[in-house]
Amino acid sequence: MPKLTIDGLEIEVPAGTSVLQAAEQLGIEIPRFCYHERLPVAANCRMCLVEIEKMPKPVASCAQPAGEGMVVKTQSEVALQARKNVMELLLINHPLDCPICDQGGECDLQDQAMAYGRDKGRYDEEKRAVSEKYLGPLVKTAMTRCIHCTRCVRFLTEVAGVPELGMTFRGEHAEITTYIERALTSELSGNIVDLCPVGALTSKPYAFAARPWELRKTLSYDVFDAVGCAIRIDARGNQVMRVLPRVSEDVNEEWLADKSRHAVDGLLKRRLDVPYVRRDGRLEAATWAEAFAAVRRGFEGLAGSEIAALAGDMADAEAMFALKLLIESLGSANLDCRQDGAALDPTVPASYRFNTTIAGIEQADALLIVGSNPRVEAPVLNARIRKRAARGGFAVGVVGPKADLTYRTQHLGEGADTLQAILDGVNPFADVLAKAERPMIVLGMGALARADGARVLGAARALAEKTGMVKDGWNGFNVLHTAAARVGGLDLGFVPGPGGKGTREILAAASRGEIKAVWLLGADQIETNGLDRAFVVYQGHHGDVGAQVADVILPGAAYTEKSGTYVNTEGRVQRAPRAVFPPGEAREDWKIVRAASEVLGRTLPFDSLDALRDALAAHAPGFAVRDVATPGAWAPFGESGALDAAAGPFVSPIRNYYMTDPISRASPTMQACTVEILGETPARTGTDG
Amino acid sequence: MSEHLPDALVQPARFAFTEANQAAAQQIIAKYPAGRQRSAVMPLLDLAQRQEGWLSRAAMDHVADMLGVPPIKVYEVATFYTMYNLKPIGKLHVQVCTNISCWLRAAPEVVRAAREVLGVEFGQTRADAKATLSEVECLGACANAPVMQVGDDLYEDLTYDTAKAVLEALMRGDKVKFGSQSGRQGACPAGGPTTLKPKPPAEAAKETP
Repeated sequence: MPKLTIDGLEIEVPAGTSVLQAAEQLGIEIPRFCYHERLPVAANCRMCLVEIEKMPKPVASCAQPAGEGMVVKTQSEVALQARKNVMELLLINHPLDCPICDQGGECDLQDQAMAYGRDKGRYDEEKRAVSEKYLGPLVKTAMTRCIHCTRCVRFLTEVAGVPELGMTFRGEHAEITTYIERALTSELSGNIVDLCPVGALTSKPYAFAARPWELRKTLSYDVFDAVGCAIRIDARGNQVMRVLPRVSEDVNEEWLADKSRHAVDGLLKRRLDVPYVRRDGRLEAATWAEAFAAVRRGFEGLAGSEIAALAGDMADAEAMFALKLLIESLGSANLDCRQDGAALDPTVPASYRFNTTIAGIEQADALLIVGSNPRVEAPVLNARIRKRAARGGFAVGVVGPKADLTYRTQHLGEGADTLQAILDGVNPFADVLAKAERPMIVLGMGALARADGARVLGAARALAEKTGMVKDGWNGFNVLHTAAARVGGLDLGFVPGPGGKGTREILAAASRGEIKAVWLLGADQIETNGLDRAFVVYQGHHGDVGAQVADVILPGAAYTEKSGTYVNTEGRVQRAPRAVFPPGEAREDWKIVRAASEVLGRTLPFDSLDALRDALAAHAPGFAVRDVATPGAWAPFGESGALDAAAGPFVSPIRNYYMTDPISRASPTMQACTVEILGETPARTGTDG
Repeated sequence: MSEHLPDALVQPARFAFTEANQAAAQQIIAKYPAGRQRSAVMPLLDLAQRQEGWLSRAAMDHVADMLGVPPIKVYEVATFYTMYNLKPIGKLHVQVCTNISCWLRAAPEVVRAAREVLGVEFGQTRADAKATLSEVECLGACANAPVMQVGDDLYEDLTYDTAKAVLEALMRGDKVKFGSQSGRQGACPAGGPTTLKPKPPAEAAKETP
């Protein structure tokens, strides 16, 4: 524990702390470009020079470990002069193009040049120019502006685990490039735009769209996967301009996946902004009154057992709760929020949550991934696994699809028979789990959304119990969801009631004509062929699969346009406020359900969002506690029974990471990613003509 | 900077070491401790360059593959060092130093001779691919300035005439003795020793009767 003095203040810090970090603890700011607390230290920008007594020259404080008795001066003449000189050197080749640079207004170089630079440069020679680089559809480059801090290189190599950027050539000719001019293939590539301290890497979809001071900032949560990353929605007028991550140590640190960041341009396309009613086989625009009248006609005289409702992957808890009450009041128990039919047990919260918690991954010492590809299902969570793997002493076994997860894995097998072998102790990985102190298992939807899902769940529970994954202070049993709505739906019980039908049975019954009316709350990931005979109400925000089979379309709000509660895969209740208003006639989803309940003569007992939330918290107390990961209590769940290879290999539910939901399917940027990064032609949709 | 970009080139689709070079490569890799094989990147790139005359992207990818490192790490090394040629070069690679010591000793005359004999400017390759002329920084033989490197050999103490003679002979395919062209040995003083000329006292004492 060295004790040192910085600017006359004494501080004791753990050995290995750098002078810069020690100064930060004292609240002393040292300017920097290349240093970033989540990346390895490079010490190549030299901006953080300080004077240390008994050292002959100014020292880069980011790379200087604090030493016993050090006397550091960050504001001495030597330090200030050194910074001034470094700034002048950095600006030699940096163009003065701030007025046309997208980083303007939120640029470290701009700010620090104001604070620490000279008022003018003394350099009269020609500046160097660097040709632009192609890094794919998300990252735009202006490499003449680059100051070679290598944050982007270090991020992609260390955090994302996709080493595709590097610094080539040398000296004056040094360039940051992929060299082969190919799109970056990381799902986290958008983060290098945030990391770039200058305007060399900027967001391509957001290019020249807005200035930071024009934007209205709303702190919210992401719904494109079940991780629930903390985000900031930047809007101008009534349009979401961009989405940025914000710091949340327990969930996303400060990273955000590319889909969550860039799919928001899909919020402007293919929107349902007026109600539609099907007349003579064609959907026609209608008024709300006409739409509700059509809903009443469709539900008139139906028995409870002839009615069903399915909730989609982005539904907010409030809308699901309102719809659940409405459907139940109509006498139906046919409810399901599991569009993929995953065999999750809603009665035992521990059976469908990520009990270890995302931050808890860093404490684990062995991991078995079953039926999941976390790199595409939850890129930010995968980065956390990679962070743990990079520390070493962490065996990762995979049962399921073979994929590059960006860290070293042992591929044990493809299907349920391998899981059975591990459970029986035949597979050598069983020993690894048994010997580990804090082993964990991650169970993906690829393993649960199939006919033998309940048996796989049971086998996973048996394995967890057998290998000591569940004990005091440690729960290594985890389910990784792909849908932001899923855990919330299970928590509040949007599942079949007594004698009710689940997703598969509802669709089958509808195709047989036994279920006559189906309410789809943004449910687009289902097989819609069977719904031809039923009366279908589609409530959602995009004209996607569900809307095409609808008899009545009730235009709802996307996640940026309503105040909604979501529960992430850890069971963390997160409330996302409204950032912009829904377009046209579209309304917040709980209000639509509330209005419909009146039309159907089953008026719901709340008429404000607060009253609804109180009712929800009374029904499911977990919703009263926000922003805390809540692992469930351990109890038996799943079915027992032998697993066999006949059910086929586990397959990740996500084939194309960039297009998984109505918003990203409508997004031009995500289409560009599909073409340029995956090399696929996007599937043609109804609007292609 | 676009001259750095190898995109204008037609890159070969594949690269493979010859059998002999493959064995040599394995020997090089074996020199490094287990887990540190990536240290072999420079000798392997050199080996590849000697085989093909230049370093194609396919060759760099092949080396990356052999060492189990991401290709970009190999590109970084290959572009950093000027000794790796990222473009095809002529049979003779004539590199003339124009840095301070050589320049003071009339390097421009050597450059003039090279231009005349080869008929190309710096950075260019003859149409018949027989030679490439490059301007380089210090070749590490300042005591023998001006210096020019052809292939692996240094030609030192050049004048316009000797440089011309060396290059003409090399272009004809003749062998030329490398090293100093002024007749001195290594970096010994030109025209014989200038110090320690008298015999050492001990030897002188022996000779007196």
